[in-house]
Amino acid sequence: MLKLDDCTIANGDFLLRADFQIMSGASVAIIGPSGAGKSTLLETIAGFRDLSNGQISWNGQTLTPLSPGERPLAMLFQDGNLFPHLDAAQNVALGLRPNGRLSDADRQQVEAALCRVGLPEMGARKPAELSGGQQSRVALARILVQKRDILLLDEPFAALGPALKAEMLDLVADLVAETRTTLLMVSHDPRDAHRITGQTVLVADQIAHPPAATAQLFENPPPALRDYLG
Amino acid sequence: MAGRAQPVTPWPGIGAASLVAALILGTLATVALRAETGGGFNPADWAALRFTLVQATLSALFSAALAVPVARALARRRFPGRRALIALLGAPFILPIIVAILGLLQVFGRAGWISDLLGTVGLPPIQIYGLHGVVLAHVFFNLPLATRLILQGWQEIPAERFRLAAQLGCGGMAMFRLIELPMLRRILPGVLAVVFAICLTSFAVALTLGGGPRATTIELAIYQAFTYDFNLGRAALLSAVQLALTTFAALAALKFSRGDGFGAGLNRAIRRWDGGTPVLDTLWILAATAFLLLPLASVVISGVLGVFEMPILVFQAALTSILVAVASTAILLLLALPMATAIATGRTGIVELSGILGLAASPLVIGTGLFVLIRPLANPTDLALPVTALVNAVMALPFALRILVPAARDTVDRHGRLALSLNMNNHTFFTRILLPRLRPQIGFAAGLTAALSMGDLGVIALFADARIATLPLQIYRLMGAYQMQAAAGGALLLLILSMGAFWILDRGGRWHAEA
Repeated sequence: MLKLDDCTIANGDFLLRADFQIMSGASVAIIGPSGAGKSTLLETIAGFRDLSNGQISWNGQTLTPLSPGERPLAMLFQDGNLFPHLDAAQNVALGLRPNGRLSDADRQQVEAALCRVGLPEMGARKPAELSGGQQSRVALARILVQKRDILLLDEPFAALGPALKAEMLDLVADLVAETRTTLLMVSHDPRDAHRITGQTVLVADQIAHPPAATAQLFENPPPALRDYLG
Repeated sequence: MAGRAQPVTPWPGIGAASLVAALILGTLATVALRAETGGGFNPADWAALRFTLVQATLSALFSAALAVPVARALARRRFPGRRALIALLGAPFILPIIVAILGLLQVFGRAGWISDLLGTVGLPPIQIYGLHGVVLAHVFFNLPLATRLILQGWQEIPAERFRLAAQLGCGGMAMFRLIELPMLRRILPGVLAVVFAICLTSFAVALTLGGGPRATTIELAIYQAFTYDFNLGRAALLSAVQLALTTFAALAALKFSRGDGFGAGLNRAIRRWDGGTPVLDTLWILAATAFLLLPLASVVISGVLGVFEMPILVFQAALTSILVAVASTAILLLLALPMATAIATGRTGIVELSGILGLAASPLVIGTGLFVLIRPLANPTDLALPVTALVNAVMALPFALRILVPAARDTVDRHGRLALSLNMNNHTFFTRILLPRLRPQIGFAAGLTAALSMGDLGVIALFADARIATLPLQIYRLMGAYQMQAAAGGALLLLILSMGAFWILDRGGRWHAEA
């Protein structure tokens, strides 16, 4: 269970409060107007920003003192998810061994992950030689070998076309179901929330509201969500 | 962002910056302690100060004034070879000074081409030694720099402005007043300040074309106090004056100038509708090209003839120069890479400051200080080459940082979070991410340093005795002995080595580099 206990995130004039919990294995969308702090919330959970108040914990263990790499979570950013000078296999391998020294077992694991995301035999290609969708698949293969408990997505597929984006979200849904990973996903598109997540956190008016069942939330939207949906 | 986790530690960079600051400030303090309190300035020192200021002012004015029409012509004309010409304008930065001087002597000197031409119509030959020779050489080096800076200003004017002015029916003069004059008013102070600052520390030009009581710069006076009189107190006093001057000029140059002279995007010719006079523009471009290329062509031609007259000493000196350049480049990278990393992670304070210190520091002041420091411990002459390599690296440091820092900052910003989330350690981020991503910039910075160091004629003249010489010093000695053929051969060799070193390192950096 991911618990945000009376959390306050402050950055200059910007303020965001969050006090809720998310069950292990849940898939949660985070939606809200732009500038409301969806990405900020994710970055704080990931450890890139400090809390000015409160605690974040995972299954009873507090995450607050841990650096981003020590937290039991993996994250995909809006861009820059691959190192352009490393090939696909090397990029995936970073999820296993950040220093790049691989055993034979590691290599097999990398190849298996690339196969699972539909890119067999593509390990030697550099990101520039891959399409946008293929680059996303490489990043997901790395997430697979990282084997972290929580996956945070900060709109990594925003630059892809609608069909490709839907395909990627379906792949993500399959992967988190197979690995029982807890998923938190920022989106500005309500259809994404419907597509793969059961619950939705609404971020608006300086508050990250507790998760609510996606279907009910959209059927009977609170005022802040109604304003956003228009 | 304060307190934000960074993928790489700034401490090695802070350490390197402290070393650089200690070297520059320590040698300065050493020199200052030596300066005689009661000695004061003698008339020769006043003359040196006056000459330094006069030649730097004139060089700045002529370079900027001539650069305006050349840049204007380049901005509004398209012609085959335009790219090559603009690239050529960057070359004097890494051109060994002694090579250019030899070329200028062959064209403008007493026995040069122009004097020969004048002779055929019964006119006396030109006198190149003295103030006008020094200014001529400085204009040769700084006209291209000034042209690039001003051209950059021209390119930054949005094309829509020219379109609007053309629509309003503005002719050449009106367009100049409306659009171009405001740009020049913004750009020119910086150009003047940069050229002035560069010419203040002029040593090799003054050494070869100046000299004598009426054409001595302070930098040259330090050298003379050192080598002719061995008057360390006087050298120290002059060093203190020089440092005050360069600090002031460097601050002024930094305040007025923006961006650097290497800027991108100079290859675009702006579409213009004011027509203008192609004849005049063409003349300016041809004149500037001839001014830059004739001396170099002259060195190449006479050098080919002189190759067979070179004494074995020249080849020994060339080998020495290559070793110094390699050592200097290695020292530079050991200092600049950690410093650029530290600045990229937001540790700007001391690290940026010691990077800038190098702009104000004068190589001969550092050299004098090191000489005083080394003398009780060892024979300074024995350490001439390591000291030269070290000082050359420190001199190249500000330029290297300008090249490396933006790319390092970009890499840390773009890939830092990912590296952190992968729990990548500092060392791995530096070697596996930062270094490969910076390879093109590292190659460029290393190429500049190697070329600058290869062609440097500064500290080596202070430390070397007759037994050792770098190639530029050897060429200078051959010129002093009137062995002009051999000197030309050596100059050609030096030109090839400098440009070759730059080309190999710059190319090596960009080889198979991903965007």
